[in-house]
Amino acid sequence: MIVLIVLGLSLVGWIVARARAMRLQSQVGRLATNSRPSQHGWYVALWTAIPALLFLAVWASVMPALVTDTVLATPEAQSLPTDGFARSSILGEAQAIANGRQTSAFNPGSQALVEPYRDAISRYGVIGAVLAAILAFAGGAYAFSRVSPAFKARSRIERLVMFSLLLASLIAILTTAGIVLSLLFESMRFFSMVNPIDFLFGTKWSPQSAALGYGNKDAFGAVPLFWGTVFIGAIIAMVVAIPLGLMSAIYLTQYAKPQVRKWMKPILEMLAGVPTVVYGYFAALTIAPALRDFAVSIGISGASSESALAAGLVMGVMIIPFVSSMADDSIAAVPQAMRDGSLAMGATTSETIRKVLIPAALPGVVGGVLLAVSRAIGETMIVVMAAGLAANLTLNPFSSVTTVTTQMVQLLTGDQEFDSAKTLAAFALGLVLFVVTLLLNIVALRVVKKYREAYE
Amino acid sequence: MSASAQIVSIPDASNNAAPMRAARVPTDWKGDAMRRRIAGRYAAERRFRRIGLGAVLLSAGFLAFLLISMMSSGLKGFTRTEIALPIDFVHSPILIDPAALKMGNPQMVLANANLPATIADAARKAFGAKGDDLLSQGALVAVRKAIIANPAMLTGEAVIRVPASEGVDVAAKGEGTAANEAAVAQLKKTGALTTGFNWQFITASDGTDPTQVGVWGALKGSLLTMGITLLLSFPIGVFSALYLEEYAPRNRWTDLIEVSINNLAAVPSIIFGLLGLAIFLNMWNLPRSAPLVGGMTLALMTMPVIVIAGRNAIKAVPPSIRDAALGIGASPIQVVFHHVLPLALPGILTGTIIGMARALGETAPLLMIGMRAFIASPPGGIVDPATVLPVQIFLWSDEVGRGFIEKTSAAIIVLLLFLLTMNGLAIYLRNRFEKRW
Repeated sequence: MIVLIVLGLSLVGWIVARARAMRLQSQVGRLATNSRPSQHGWYVALWTAIPALLFLAVWASVMPALVTDTVLATPEAQSLPTDGFARSSILGEAQAIANGRQTSAFNPGSQALVEPYRDAISRYGVIGAVLAAILAFAGGAYAFSRVSPAFKARSRIERLVMFSLLLASLIAILTTAGIVLSLLFESMRFFSMVNPIDFLFGTKWSPQSAALGYGNKDAFGAVPLFWGTVFIGAIIAMVVAIPLGLMSAIYLTQYAKPQVRKWMKPILEMLAGVPTVVYGYFAALTIAPALRDFAVSIGISGASSESALAAGLVMGVMIIPFVSSMADDSIAAVPQAMRDGSLAMGATTSETIRKVLIPAALPGVVGGVLLAVSRAIGETMIVVMAAGLAANLTLNPFSSVTTVTTQMVQLLTGDQEFDSAKTLAAFALGLVLFVVTLLLNIVALRVVKKYREAYE
Repeated sequence: MSASAQIVSIPDASNNAAPMRAARVPTDWKGDAMRRRIAGRYAAERRFRRIGLGAVLLSAGFLAFLLISMMSSGLKGFTRTEIALPIDFVHSPILIDPAALKMGNPQMVLANANLPATIADAARKAFGAKGDDLLSQGALVAVRKAIIANPAMLTGEAVIRVPASEGVDVAAKGEGTAANEAAVAQLKKTGALTTGFNWQFITASDGTDPTQVGVWGALKGSLLTMGITLLLSFPIGVFSALYLEEYAPRNRWTDLIEVSINNLAAVPSIIFGLLGLAIFLNMWNLPRSAPLVGGMTLALMTMPVIVIAGRNAIKAVPPSIRDAALGIGASPIQVVFHHVLPLALPGILTGTIIGMARALGETAPLLMIGMRAFIASPPGGIVDPATVLPVQIFLWSDEVGRGFIEKTSAAIIVLLLFLLTMNGLAIYLRNRFEKRW
């Protein structure tokens, strides 16, 4: 409401300032003015809106505290229990009713506080609105008083635009810092409860037992999770994705007719565009039961309907386009002269590919595979839906294993207090995942870059 | 020194090689061994080529298998089995005056009219002792709707088509239990069974009865979430791209920004969920499982995609355009906002749509911020609890009822249709507006 008023005021400011600037311009002539009339208009409008809106934002964040203080000072609040929890629940309920989010009170004590709350909220609301309006007027008047032919409205506005551009690009740093700090902070809290050595090298994972009060000692050994992640993401998925991706890239770049290539490349790229939850559902519903039946029919023990193989196979298919496009790029970067030289010596196309192109493109391919691995181990939905929850340390691809991401989802999707070691463990796992994917990416990019320079 | 040594060594080498050279015969290209060898090399060539083709076909075949299996089980989710239920209102435990429906709230009147018993009686009369088990909970809704549409039927007998129960529905589609199969066969004989388009699947929200669920709640949640994501990530992404590409000085800060954007693009999505949980929910106390928080989390994930696409598009605008604008007196800001940005916009939009499509299919970060609750009504605003389409798919995939399998696949079809539309739009934009200089 008040926001709309401020914006309306700034629109008025824009119109008035522009009109005045136009009049001034017609008096002194176009060439004597520094800025265009609409730039003066923008200058006034921004001066009207920005201080007032900033004030409103600050006001909105301090108002709840002011309101609560006022309510606590009223006679009705003297009968509140001194116990912290009951007190805050009554206050919260009264506030919810006063805001209209709740229609009736469960707690009789809160009904009495609704009126004081309403009063305080409306009083501070009016104060804030009036102050914002005054600020908007003051800002607008100050800016309007500066409208003159010689005033450099344009450069002022441009400075503001520049500042907002810089601010926008700082968001990326803030996000990175937010990720690193929140992961580090919560992990520190976790490691104050659980020894980092136990976490990184322990082989027994059963957070449920820790939650039930059997202690944290043997509950948070993450090695089975690391193994499950590597087994699915870096071994099974890559066994599928590397040959298929590499051979697809080779066929499409070296053999296929342009028409075929034009159609097949986007089709293969669609594999990367299918949402992971769809892959997960497909793996759980179609692939996993088929694999279990197969395993049972050839007599493999420990076959489960949630198998590492099902998740890994489907994940490998999802990764094919990544491997394929990286291989495509690095094969295309091999100088034409090397290919021509090999063909001129009488080598067949496949011999050229196997003995010249692939060895020359190998660093790029390896970099691509590393990027693919980093994507595979961070992948969540497929493993959540198809890989299972049992923390097994096994080499049998038909049995159920669990991964870092699966357990993160599992640990954080229950209703428990946020301070328990069980929930904080998810952040520790997240930190490990973040560091590992970061390292993989850095190494991969360095390998790719170094190799590109060698041929340029 | 080395050159003279070489010269000296030549006669020596030729002397040693002389007997060898005499023994060497010119390669007999037409000979058997050589032919075999060449044939072998060509066979290897063909083999290699076939393996390549096989890899492509296998990958494409997997995609086709995925889509076809989703289609075949999902299309059934869009239809529902209906049973024609004859109800004799005159001889039923119901007693409403049709005139009462016209005054006041008809829903309220019907809610007090003991309709469930009426329906159960009618079903038992028409289909035998267990007749009421054949109908879904939605039968009540269907009957109410029919009565409101035509109150006159209360004075006589009427045949109303009501949705069948989950068991009958699944059996009619060919995968039910023996008992239900028998019931279906009997119903078919009397001609009471029909199949209709399941509008409810489009208009309803989550529920416990698979014949009653729909995607609208999740779809609305997705749209709200995507709206927030777009509102946040597009301006921030475009502004960062402009700053980095056009104005940023080459210094350590700029490098830091670039490194963090490139890293953010490679961070696993679930980590963004942890960020949202730790900062948006626990630090800022924003409401759990609301589209606002989901949108903010996904915006952080989408922003690097937009920045990278935007920088490439801006880079592709030729410098001559900037020079020309600067030459006639435009300020650096005017150069960018009047000339560079409009020319780069198609490329930026393409990147944005691709990033948004990725965000639309994203599930894991939203699970982290609590968007997996059972929510049976569509969200009213951006701070209401909501669920989104991929999370709905995940939730339904966990349900045990047979009827949920086809609903999950049908929801997947809806999601894929949206993604296909968005990607199609991106390709169209790229082909239609992108200029090459």
